[in-house]
Amino acid sequence: MPTAPAFIQAESVSREYRLGETIIHAVHEVSLNVAKGEFLALLGSSGSGKSTLLSMLAGLDRPTSGAIRVQERNLAELEADELARYRRETVGMVFQTFNLLPRMTLEENVELPLRLAEVDRGERDARVGEALERVRLGARRKHRPSELSGGEQQRGALARALVNRPTILFADEPTGNLDSVNGEQILLLLREIQDSLGMTVIMVTHERPLAERFANRIAMLADGRLVSDGVRA
Amino acid sequence: MKKRDLSELALRNLREAVLRNSLTTLGVAVGVASLVAMLSLGVGLQTLASQRLTRSGLFDAVFVMSQNNFRGQRRPAATDTTPKKPSPPLDEDARAQLAKLSNVTEVYPQIRFVTDVKYAGKSETTSVLGLADSARSSGAFEGMTGTYFSSPTANETILQVEFAKELADPPATLIGKDLTLRYAERAVLSKVDPSDPESVLDAAMGGGVSIVPREKTLRIVGVIESDPSAGIGGFGGARVYLPLKMAEQLHVAQPDDLQAFLNGNPAKPAYTAMTVRVHSPKDVPQVEAAIKLMGFATFSLLDATKSLRLVFTVFDLFLGLFGSLALTVASLGIINTLVMAILERRREIGILKALGATDRDVRSLFFAEAGAMGFFGGIFGVTLGWLIGVALTWGTGIYLHRQNLPGVKISYVPWWLALGAVIFSIAVSLAAGLYPAGRAARLNPVEALRYE
Repeated sequence: MPTAPAFIQAESVSREYRLGETIIHAVHEVSLNVAKGEFLALLGSSGSGKSTLLSMLAGLDRPTSGAIRVQERNLAELEADELARYRRETVGMVFQTFNLLPRMTLEENVELPLRLAEVDRGERDARVGEALERVRLGARRKHRPSELSGGEQQRGALARALVNRPTILFADEPTGNLDSVNGEQILLLLREIQDSLGMTVIMVTHERPLAERFANRIAMLADGRLVSDGVRA
Repeated sequence: MKKRDLSELALRNLREAVLRNSLTTLGVAVGVASLVAMLSLGVGLQTLASQRLTRSGLFDAVFVMSQNNFRGQRRPAATDTTPKKPSPPLDEDARAQLAKLSNVTEVYPQIRFVTDVKYAGKSETTSVLGLADSARSSGAFEGMTGTYFSSPTANETILQVEFAKELADPPATLIGKDLTLRYAERAVLSKVDPSDPESVLDAAMGGGVSIVPREKTLRIVGVIESDPSAGIGGFGGARVYLPLKMAEQLHVAQPDDLQAFLNGNPAKPAYTAMTVRVHSPKDVPQVEAAIKLMGFATFSLLDATKSLRLVFTVFDLFLGLFGSLALTVASLGIINTLVMAILERRREIGILKALGATDRDVRSLFFAEAGAMGFFGGIFGVTLGWLIGVALTWGTGIYLHRQNLPGVKISYVPWWLALGAVIFSIAVSLAAGLYPAGRAARLNPVEALRYE
């Protein structure tokens, strides 16, 4: 069990989907506390509800019942605009499929969150450069995603997630589309960022060895329920 | 998101699907072009009609007649409550008074007489009319063979073509030739010449007028197809035209001379009618009222212009409705394009939302794209519509030329029409973007991100 005070607090969170007459319980009564600066891995097989839980913690989805408190705010009760602001200012997200916009160059992709956050134009270039240097892609800023390798694309996505200086980084299967070498590099980078910036990282993965190697806490989900939650040394 | 960022993203998105967006924009442009072409035609025809009518002098003129001329005292209309006083003679004094009225630009009498014209041994009796110098710009002389009078007092004449044909065929051969006008001059007998027993007798009888036959040689400078004196004020039918000032100097005996003689004032001849020109048609009612107060009868065609404006307003309305139909069809194209864009860019919308875009940001982005299509479609459409108008004018010009008629500008795109069409195009495009933009904004980010 976590020992530090809760930074993110999930209280009996459930998410149901209705499929015709059938109700699917994607996440069922999950309670979870995450401390500031923690690297939490949500582990589970496909369909276990880990990505659904991550989406709710990231403010992309709302729980059917329960509460998610981040810095004393219940995400379930926030208005749509407030939730968008939470995603914009508090959260950075990395996806399995990178999700870089193909028609934009790498630097334009990284600049996108700054546009949405209405950061001054004069400040943007330095912030984009800083984020790209952090993921060691300073030399590739004019390249389009199609001109980058999978590992580079994921690092680019990581730079985009970091550019607004969020306090929480969510990573949904960040190594899922990468080979083992690139996957390891990404997780090393995640760990480095977490250590250097004191960022809270919540990562969804189904690869236990990677989770055990990089996360300092693993929560296991199965059939939408939290089945184990343990801090690693 | 800031407007500049929004615009940049919207333009980038439009450039991405350049063919489809160009075709949609072209659809809008065709719609706008149809609207602009229709309305420019309406405006052009209205402008043409207004210019022609204004230049004809019918709508900025008040025709003045004496109420007690030889045709008899005019009966006032039942509704006419203007206080009546005895009508003064319509002579040079009246002309000077009329010229002093505010907003009056010109006052000239009607000089018209029937007389003989001799040319190449032939003699024809016909009607002669004096034309004020302002008739030069009336439009009636456009396309005339030859030129207008070189000066208001030139010994020159312009012939109506049918009359000219009676003198020579083809009539154009008459240009530069001379003809002789035979007329009756009104000579006032007032000076006493002791050596002339007749003048002594005239003086003893209280003065009078003498009708003296005269001849005047005039150079033919033009032959005109239409009748510039047609309508009120000209009273139509003249076949030989003279410069008015020169015609006045001829002192041709006029029908109202008899009245002046009977009134015992033969030295001050009265005119049958005078034309009072004003600055603009809107000055007509005020000037007309002032002339009535002077005791004269008046006539103007101002009410006819009001009816004309009403007809053209309805005409423009119908043309605009037909033009708008094409723009409505084009707006369906915008809806289709944007709905397709939502399907294609579902994942992108999900990414934007995951990065913190609000529903409003997404909606604004789609609105901006629709607005940009409307803006560029509007600009292109106005240009296209203007070109259609130019082509119509050009085609009409060729047709009129073949009919031996002067060309006219039938299409006109005023600045307000161009600006209005672009604004209307943007407005219609934004309205067309309402549904797609709303749909994009409502997309669930999780579902959108899952979309392949």
